Amino acid sequence: MVPIAWYLVLSAILFSIGVAAFLIKRNIISVFMSIELMLNAVNLTFVAFAHMWHQVSGQIFVFFVMVVAAAEAAVGLAIIIAIFRARNTLNVDQVDLMKL
Amino acid sequence: MNDLHLWILPIIPFAGFLVNGLLGRRAPKPVVTAVALIGSLLPALWVSNLVVRFGSLTLPHVETYGTWIVSGAFHANFSFQLDQLTLVMLCVVTGVGFLIHVYSVGYMADEEGYWRFFAYMNLFLFFMLTLVLAENFLLMFVGWEGVGLASYLLIGFYYNRDSAANAGKKAFIVNRIGDFGFLIAMFLLIAHFGTLNFGSIFDTVATHPEWQGAGFLTAIALFLVLGATGKSAQIPLYVWLPDAMEGPTPVSALIHAATMVTAGVYMIARAHVLFDFSPVALMTVAIIGTATAFFAATIGMMQTDIKRVLAYSTVSQLGYMFLGCGVAAYSAGVFHLVTHAFFKALLFLAAGSVIHALSGQQDMRVMGGLRKKIPVTFWTMTAAVFAISGFPPLAGFVSKDEILYQAFIAPNGGKILWAIGLLTAGLTSFYMFRLWYMTFFGESRKAAEEDHGAAVHARSDTKLVLEADPHGGQGHAHGVHESPKVMLIPLIILAILSVIGGWMGWPEALGGGNWFAHFLAPVAALPQAPTGDRQVEILLAILSTLVALTGWFVAHYMYYMKPGTADRLAKQMRGLYALIANKYWIDELYGAVIVAPVLFLARWILGVLIDRAVIDGGGIVAGATAQGFGALVARIQSGNIRSYAGWLALFAALLLAGAYFGWIAHFVPR
Repeated sequence: MVPIAWYLVLSAILFSIGVAAFLIKRNIISVFMSIELMLNAVNLTFVAFAHMWHQVSGQIFVFFVMVVAAAEAAVGLAIIIAIFRARNTLNVDQVDLMKL
Repeated sequence: MNDLHLWILPIIPFAGFLVNGLLGRRAPKPVVTAVALIGSLLPALWVSNLVVRFGSLTLPHVETYGTWIVSGAFHANFSFQLDQLTLVMLCVVTGVGFLIHVYSVGYMADEEGYWRFFAYMNLFLFFMLTLVLAENFLLMFVGWEGVGLASYLLIGFYYNRDSAANAGKKAFIVNRIGDFGFLIAMFLLIAHFGTLNFGSIFDTVATHPEWQGAGFLTAIALFLVLGATGKSAQIPLYVWLPDAMEGPTPVSALIHAATMVTAGVYMIARAHVLFDFSPVALMTVAIIGTATAFFAATIGMMQTDIKRVLAYSTVSQLGYMFLGCGVAAYSAGVFHLVTHAFFKALLFLAAGSVIHALSGQQDMRVMGGLRKKIPVTFWTMTAAVFAISGFPPLAGFVSKDEILYQAFIAPNGGKILWAIGLLTAGLTSFYMFRLWYMTFFGESRKAAEEDHGAAVHARSDTKLVLEADPHGGQGHAHGVHESPKVMLIPLIILAILSVIGGWMGWPEALGGGNWFAHFLAPVAALPQAPTGDRQVEILLAILSTLVALTGWFVAHYMYYMKPGTADRLAKQMRGLYALIANKYWIDELYGAVIVAPVLFLARWILGVLIDRAVIDGGGIVAGATAQGFGALVARIQSGNIRSYAGWLALFAALLLAGAYFGWIAHFVPR
């Protein structure tokens, strides 16, 4: 039996990598992937706790997160393609029109 | 117990007001006239019905129609009461009111806004009847304010004339000062008695003899006096009444002579129990009354506008009524109120008839020689002049003499009050006969020249609205002419009343029964009224008649035998003449001492400092702050996605740390 703390530490490491990548990476697709990483880090926590408490709701929640992530991926990729077509770049630092 | 249906009295004029006020603009003139006359005639008839049934009533007869205000232990009802004092007032208000309505039909015939005039007149009757019928101070105050409103509307009837609009505002604002006193008195009454009902307050006071001279009763009475001085145009608040003459003449007769201005006297007589318990307040009333009577009479001697003479005369006569009340002779004060309503209404209406005859001329200096041209007006006016001057056996003699006699026998300096009152009677006689001679005797001065074309010119400054009416000239262009019958009949009736009206209070010393005082005794008499000597009363009556004769003689000499005397005297005593002719500069004094500081306060302190600097400035500063802060914070929105992510991560981390170390636990509701 693996202690719960291990799962949580792993999850925290994955999440932190996701955050760091989100902040550091300039390529939109990399940013996108780091978001997925954070989501799955959270999913890992859910599953770990569901296993610990023998509750199914955590597992169900993970399904919902996956569904939302899939939808988000569809919309996000569509936006990325649109941006690339319009501005011919994938660098987020160059996509900064929405400001005062 | 509502079998007398007192509510009918005010409701009918109110209905008349609603009909004429809402539909009158489009209604044909005869309909407006009919509505207005019915609105004033029916209450008069109902009052005569009350008079007939009065003997079989248990008094005071109180009728309650519903609850108005309930607040804790405090109750105020819609309730009316009928007793002797109310009945007297009802007779005066509805009787004189109806006569003046009839008169107005003729006087206002050519005026623009005929329907408006009658709507306001009926509104006035409604409020005046509410005032006199009310069974508690609060409902009385409704009528009190309402007659002020009607007065304001009617003074400003010629609203396109600046002076009229200003006079209306002046009347309203000066009355507001008096109303403040009335309000404070009501607050004190609630604080000390927990009620505003006449009956319960007066009964409570009457059962506590130890309250004689108590401070709180004196305070209440003095604040009531302040209210009365506003409404009844006494020193120091009399200044609005002379200006109120800007209104049409029937308004001056009804509101500013016969009824509304006597509300203060009525109120004091009504609340006399409070005054009996506070000698200081009574003395104040007597002194105010005497001072006003004398003071206004002196101003009246110098006025040249016929209506202004009568206005100052009204102020002066109201002073007599205050004097009567102030020496605790309430029935004498109310009696003078009644007779004054007759002869002063008559004087105003007759003056209106003169003005009408001269097509709007009000300056007595250009009148004269009208005796033969308008005989009915002349004879009725003569009756009124003799009545107000105090010649026996006319109404003014009886009531004024009663007041002077009561002042004479009153303790605490009553003799001084009597002496000034007597002197004032002489002055009254003088200025009334001055008016009489200047108007009706001598040569027809400028009026003759103005018979034709110039009459239009003279009219332009007084009856502006009439001037604008194309039909206005019809019947006026033929020079001096007697007024139509509809105006003369009220004059004749009032003249008869001015002659015989005093007989109901004919003093016992002169062989009468003084029925009026006995009638009012249950509501207005003192338990231990001072009694005097019969011989003294007769002597005083003879004396005041002699004084009136003297006033007449002086006026006869100065304005009939040697018409230039007045001007010569004016030149000799230039300082005194200037002082009185300028009305003691009281208006200017008030302007400098009260109006100017208030205006300064409003314009500079409140206007510039508070409004512009503090309130507007506060708004500007608040706006600028928000703008500046916004400009600062707007920099966060850089458009750079990674900077947003950074903020998000930073605050998420802070939130996490906060939760972990328990910093935010205090702010989260459990």
